This record gives sequence, structure tokens and C-alpha cells, in this order.
Amino acid sequence: MAKVVGAVTIDRDRCKGCDLCVVACPTDVLLLQPKEVNDRGYHFAFPANPEACIGCASCAMVCPDGCIEVYRVKVDTNS
Amino acid sequence: MKPEDIIKPENKVYARPRLLDDRNTHYCPGCSHGVVHRIIAELIDEMGLEDKTIGVAPVGCAVFAYNYIDVDWVEAAHGRAPAVATALSRLNPGRLVFTYQGDGDLAAIGTAETIHAANRGENIAIIFINNAIYGMTGGQMAPTTLLGMKTATTPYGRRADLNGHPLRITELLAPLDGTCYVTRQAVHTPAAVRKTKAAIKKAFQNALDGKGTSIVEVVSTCNSGWKMSPAKSNEWMAEHMFERYPLGDLKNI
Amino acid sequence: MEEVKLMKGNEAIAHAAIRYGVDGYFGYPITPQSEVLETLEEEMPWETTGMVVLQAESEVAAINMVYGGAASGKAVMTSSSSPGVSLKQEGISYIAASELPALIVNVMRGGPGLGTIQPSQADYFQATKGGGHGDYHLIVLSPATVQEMADFVALGFDLAFKYRTPAMILADGIVGQMMEKVVLPPFRKRRTDAEIAEQCPWAVTGKHGRGHRNVITSLEMDSPKMEENNHRFQRTYAEIEANEVRYQEYYTDDAEYLIVAFGSVARICLKAIEDARAAGIRIGLLRPITLWPFPKKAISDLAGRVKGMLVVELNAGQMIEDVRLAVDGRVPVYHFGRMGGMIPNPAEVLDALKTDFPELK
Repeated sequence: MAKVVGAVTIDRDRCKGCDLCVVACPTDVLLLQPKEVNDRGYHFAFPANPEACIGCASCAMVCPDGCIEVYRVKVDTNS
Repeated sequence: MKPEDIIKPENKVYARPRLLDDRNTHYCPGCSHGVVHRIIAELIDEMGLEDKTIGVAPVGCAVFAYNYIDVDWVEAAHGRAPAVATALSRLNPGRLVFTYQGDGDLAAIGTAETIHAANRGENIAIIFINNAIYGMTGGQMAPTTLLGMKTATTPYGRRADLNGHPLRITELLAPLDGTCYVTRQAVHTPAAVRKTKAAIKKAFQNALDGKGTSIVEVVSTCNSGWKMSPAKSNEWMAEHMFERYPLGDLKNI
Repeated sequence: MEEVKLMKGNEAIAHAAIRYGVDGYFGYPITPQSEVLETLEEEMPWETTGMVVLQAESEVAAINMVYGGAASGKAVMTSSSSPGVSLKQEGISYIAASELPALIVNVMRGGPGLGTIQPSQADYFQATKGGGHGDYHLIVLSPATVQEMADFVALGFDLAFKYRTPAMILADGIVGQMMEKVVLPPFRKRRTDAEIAEQCPWAVTGKHGRGHRNVITSLEMDSPKMEENNHRFQRTYAEIEANEVRYQEYYTDDAEYLIVAFGSVARICLKAIEDARAAGIRIGLLRPITLWPFPKKAISDLAGRVKGMLVVELNAGQMIEDVRLAVDGRVPVYHFGRMGGMIPNPAEVLDALKTDFPELK
């Protein structure tokens, strides 16, 4: 069996904390920082549950600021 | 696998578009403009059009579009982008000429230029952001503002008897003989974003192929103007805007 | 090769444009200049030189097409008459602010408002003082003959490209409509894309390996930068004022009085002057060819030699303000104007002169 696992990087300085990636993520990977803010005062998004990421890029699709880059690999669960 | 094992260049499946400038946009958090800019930057690169694209920016929130997408641009007077694009296209064959316009620019002050460029079948792509409000000037009524919708100039809600009806200009453009592709899309979900990207790609290709005028309306949010959170704006849009502005192709030949 | 023809001033503009190698014309019909567009459509230059000709949906669209074409480094023009030129003012302001070369032709009719289709010179203020919003100038050329209608197409474009600023041919309806002999210039080839890229490195043509993008915009939100833009515009205007003043003097060597008139009115005045000289009255004529930059120094110099001046115009008194500024109160300056499409004859001009300067009676 092969399983797809993913990961995202979020440009915290560019993020405006709009929350749209959080809403779009089908596996609830992302959250906005509850307290911490970036240089411009936004509660930026971060992968709160990174292990749940499937690399589907839904977050990156809806991000208005192009903050999110997505990585994906297939792993063989038998090995 | 740990994220650091996955985050390697060979595993990258989505990158920030190369032609999107490395600067922060002036758009409000969650603004649909950013998504559409990103799509356009991706497409110009993917279609190999960096060297032959000329964009025409509007007056409105997208007035600074030329600061964000790394191609040649002309900044037009309010509403005149289709006229500017007409000359650019006719005088510079082989280029991709597109306009990027909001609802005030395209459907109010620029109605004549929009309809006549489309009726002449200018080989241009028109990207039309309809968020039913004037964002840049502070949230006044747009021609596409829904009935009952509160804006700075309809503080008690738009009334048909006072303010007229929400203008479905895309429906006016579809029957024109000069248009080859007229579609209405949105960017509120990942699936919608993919569809919008396919639509803009088709519009760009039509312009290059000399098939006539393509119009891609993107029903959009203006969460600042609507006074809602970005996520709530998307919900409100799906619930209210799509009824007046249903998504899908109006013409595709 | 050159060709001698008999034609209207408006037709001469069209033929001269094709021969100059103009890339695009965008217009909208309005009397008394419609022959420009009509002649271009009849000549079909897109079949020969590749020139684009388009009847736009409005004067507003036409001037914005000019803006787009000029942004890509092309030689583009429009023509209209007074009410239509009012509609173009926003676009002209953008073209000036974006430092783009373009040619605008105004074949003036009487105003204000819808006014009349008969000739006038009542758009002098609009043409020479800006016209649209903001601090800018057009290079304004005033033709008095059909020959000059043809010649000023080339001159207008040459100056517009030299200074990257729009130029205007400000003709009156008389010179637009009258037929005269004209020597049309030889055909020139339109510039190639490579020539445009070399001569107009600012042009928006697609990046084409340039490595950086070109942006044509009049917008600058940073006030210090916007002020510097304005200073740059003003430096250009100062350079134009220093180098490009054009005018013609007639009988000024021994003149005791001076008439100042532009366009076809200058020709009426010249006839009046010749009649007066036959009667022993020594009058001279100064005809500004560039209304902006205005021949201030020439008029100032003449103010030191003559006893008085009469400014004759088809308006209520517009150029007279610039003449008075140049004269600076040293001699009396009077105005004789007809309006609403009325045209004075030489005898009326002389009568006006004698009324203002009773010693001539």
C-alpha cells in the first residue's frame, strides 16, 4: 500500500491571517496563531497538525497572498 | 515521515508563482484579488507568455496590479481598459492583451468601452472581478450591488426604486457576436479556483488564437466592504451572490 | 515621392498621416472634421502601410485607444472637433502624465456647448493652458493653410516623440474645410518593432527578454515622487519653450502697429494689412505657429517698436491674454473677435484697428 503524505511551508511574514487556508484544509492541518503575530501584526497561519497533511494544496489554492508552498511524497506503508 | 523529510525541492508540488512579485499586496486579508492575481501569474508562466503579455490595469482596488505580476502593463483611466487594450492588441499582433477590471470600472463607468470592445470582437481577455461594491473608495454601491445590500452610499440597503437593479453585464455580453467565451466563476473553494484557472487559460488562448473577446467574470468577496470575515464572506457570497450571478459558462464557442 | 494635390485640410491630414508612417488612427465622427476618418477609411492604409484605422464608439474611447497605442511606442493619433475634444481631455491628461507621444487634431467649431458646426478659435485656452486636470502642456501647432495641415502631422509627431509629450494641431474649421493646393510628403516606412524597442525603451510591448517589465502609468501615491514627476514634466516644458517656439512675421520691419492672429484668421489679417499698406498705413503681422510654446519674446521685442497691437481671433478674447503678458503694459493691446461661426472680412479688421487707434483714421 502506498500512502500520500504532505507538508506545507507558510511564509509567516507575508501571511495576513485571513483564515481561508484553515477553512479550505480538508484534514484540519492549519490554524492561525492564537497569540503570536508577524511583523505586520497578523495572526499568521501555521501547520498545527502537520502529520495530517496529505499535500492536496487546497490551502495554497485559496491563499490570496501566495504564502503557502506544498510538498508531497508517496510512501510505501509496507516497508 | 517528519515534515522536514518531506519539505525537499524534489517533493514540491505547489510553489509561489515565479511571476508574482516578491512584495506584499495592498489587498485586505482574504481578498479575492490576490487569488486571481496568483492564477494569472501562474498561467502566464505555464503558457510561456511572459515575454508577450501586456496587461491593462483598471482604476479601483486592482489599480496596482502592475506592481504584482511581472509582465508589461498599462494603467488605464477608470473604465477605459477595453479601449486601451483594443489599441494594444490591434497594434501589437501576437501579444496576449488582457484587461483586469472591477465591477465599477467595467460595468458602470466603462460600460460603453466594455460592450463595444466585446462587440468588435477584439482579441483580448477581460478578467472581471465582481464583488458587488466599490472597494478602493471605501465601500460604495456598485452596479452589481445586490438589492438590500448595505453600502456606504446605500446605508439602508440598495433599493430598486432608488438605485436600480443589480446589473448582470456578463449576460449582456454573451449574446454579442464578438464574444467567443463568456463565463462566470468564483475563487471561494479549491475546486472553484481550479475552474477559474481553466477559464482564464481558455480566455488567454482564445485571445492568442484570434477568436474574439473572452470575458471571465469572477464573483468575488470584499470582506472589508461587506464588513464580514473572509471566511464568512465566502459563505455569504455562495448563499446570496450566486443566486443573482450563477456560476458557469454563458457562451463557449 | 512628393505629390501635388488639391484637397481639403482635413483630407490633407489623413494623407499626411499615411505618408508619415502613422501606426494607428482612432476617431469618432464630428463635423467639421469627419473627412479625416472618412479619407482614411477610403484610402485603406491597412492594406498598404499596415496602419490601423478604427472608428471608436466615442471620443472617450478613441483617446484611450491612442493612450494604449502610444504606450506601446506606436505613432498614434486622433482627430475631433471642439465638443469631442472636450470629451478627450481626461485621456489627454493621462497621456501627458504618462509622458507618451501622440498627436491630437482639433478642427475647432463654435461653442460653448453644442454651439455650431461653423469655424471658431474658441478652444485656445483649452489647448494651450492644459485642458484636462493637472499641470501639463500640449505642444500646440496652429496651421493657416492646407499645406500646413499636412506638414504639421510630421512636425507634431516629431516633436511629440522628441519630448515624449502629446502634440495638438489646433486648426479652425476654415482650414479644415477649405480646398487648396498641397504638396504631400513622400511615403515613409512605419517603424519596425525592433526600431520601436530601440527608440522607445519605455514602450509596453511584452517583455521580450528585456529582463524587467515596462509599466505605463500616471499614478504615484508617494507625494515626494509625484512632485518630482511634476518637476520632470516642467523641465520638459521649459526645454520645449526654449527650443520650439515657431512664428511668422509679415511686414514687421517698418510696422507702426501690429496685428497678432493665428490660423486662417492670420490670412484674413494679412489681406487687411496689404490693403492698409496700399493706403500708406504701416501695419505688421505676427502669426504664432506654436500657440504653446507661445512666441512671447518676439511679441515682447515688437512691443518695443510699435505703437499698439490688435489681436484678432474667432473668440471672445483668449490669445490676447498671452499677448498682453508678453507686452506687459508697454503699448495698448486691443481685441477684435467674431464668434459663433462668424468670420470677419479684411475691411472689418481694418475698421476695428482704426476704431481702437483713432489716429489711423
